[in-house]
Amino acid sequence: MIGDEVWPPYQRPPLSKKYLTGELARERLFLKPAKAYEESDIELVLGRRVMGIDREARRVLLNGGEGGDVAYDTLILATGGSPRQPDRPGVTLPGNMFTLRGIADADAMRGRLESCQNLLVVGGGYIGLELAAVARRCGLKVTLLEQASRILGRVACAETADYFRQLHTDNGVTIREGLSIAGFGGPERQPSFVGLSDGGEVPFDLAVFGIGLLPNDTLAREAGLECDGGIVVDGWGRTSDPDIRAAGDCARLPFQGHLIRIESVHNAIAQAEHIADDILRPGGEAYTPVPWFWSDQYDCKLQITGLNLGFTNVVSRPGEKPGALSNWYFNGQTMIACDAMNDARSFMLAKRWLTVSDRPGPEMVADPSWNPASF
Amino acid sequence: MVKIIYVEPDGTERAVDVEEGHSVMEGAVSNGIRGIIAECGGACSCATCHAYVGDGWLDVIGAPEGDEADMLEFAHEPQANSRLTCQIEVTEALEGLRVLIPDEQA
Repeated sequence: MIGDEVWPPYQRPPLSKKYLTGELARERLFLKPAKAYEESDIELVLGRRVMGIDREARRVLLNGGEGGDVAYDTLILATGGSPRQPDRPGVTLPGNMFTLRGIADADAMRGRLESCQNLLVVGGGYIGLELAAVARRCGLKVTLLEQASRILGRVACAETADYFRQLHTDNGVTIREGLSIAGFGGPERQPSFVGLSDGGEVPFDLAVFGIGLLPNDTLAREAGLECDGGIVVDGWGRTSDPDIRAAGDCARLPFQGHLIRIESVHNAIAQAEHIADDILRPGGEAYTPVPWFWSDQYDCKLQITGLNLGFTNVVSRPGEKPGALSNWYFNGQTMIACDAMNDARSFMLAKRWLTVSDRPGPEMVADPSWNPASF
Repeated sequence: MVKIIYVEPDGTERAVDVEEGHSVMEGAVSNGIRGIIAECGGACSCATCHAYVGDGWLDVIGAPEGDEADMLEFAHEPQANSRLTCQIEVTEALEGLRVLIPDEQA
């Protein structure tokens, strides 16, 4: 297992939450202790980068000269993604501007957070919102900018966006939507304000960008594998070269007649297991993702199940506890996804229903007297 | 270090030392105990680290509350002694704790 980071495989979700605040030590991010790899006969080659794939000779070429070739029968590309980099006048990454994806990013950002008073978050997706929540907990002033007309535009319905806008506003975050960045200004290499498309300016001493993830498919493209906004694979993770598979954030896989990328921990685990299984015991069924996601912001636990791709209507249902709400996505009469805020019961039920064909319809979910547990 | 006894779904018993302050789930994952998946890594979000605590231990550990109780209600075959192991913090008082891992997770 070859990785270009110096750490063994680790969990990324805490990087924008408990790891950033220092509540979780680095060792507790690691998926498995070193001995687990040894016991399973897995050789970790860390801090090395694969520079190219020789498909004919079935070898990968590592950086750094000596011992730079590794032969394979099957190669799995689990290269993940990289944060989209901002492209605006005055951007000086890293300086006082960050993107967040790895331990190194979080370590660098944590060092700066302590001395920071005004945080600028660019991008109203989950990463941006999680960072805003953490920064508020640390007592920083936070302004969040979203270029689209609303936060969570790419991933959630307006009802869910409304919930989180309210949550963050109540917690003191200034959310500005529908505004783009004209540029950054202030001292050289240490910008101190952002200029907005409406002519306004917002001061900051630290800026963080959460403006999307790009699949790491360069290696695959250079090797001539079919890529289209990610490494294109079939239901068994096979790329256009059947000896090379791809899994996780970097892969573009079939889902209900579409090719999609799924940025979720669950998919990374489930797709990888499916591929490993198929390598050992070929002939099984195609991978069917039943994705789920989560996010923690302040005291709100968001749990999402399903993919809302192509939804036609949304039904909102208040939960039992204060602040609990679930938004149910339907394609016509068919439930396809659910966002549950502080409503773990709805999440667990929806997750189960999405694995079967008999699911409650929108009228049922909209009825306040309906008891979901009885379905 | 605190000794925790994990009973894997096939009945295999494994006694391992877990660091105080870590969770019972982390003790399972870092020792390769089978049947504890822990997809969310301990965020109390997935209910895939479900286990039954051994006789008498619920009084020591306490019953599940809040989100944990809500998720356990719809976990695979919940019982009165069900807990999400990511929510059990290992302390000296848990020396010798037995947890039984179900055949399936949510």
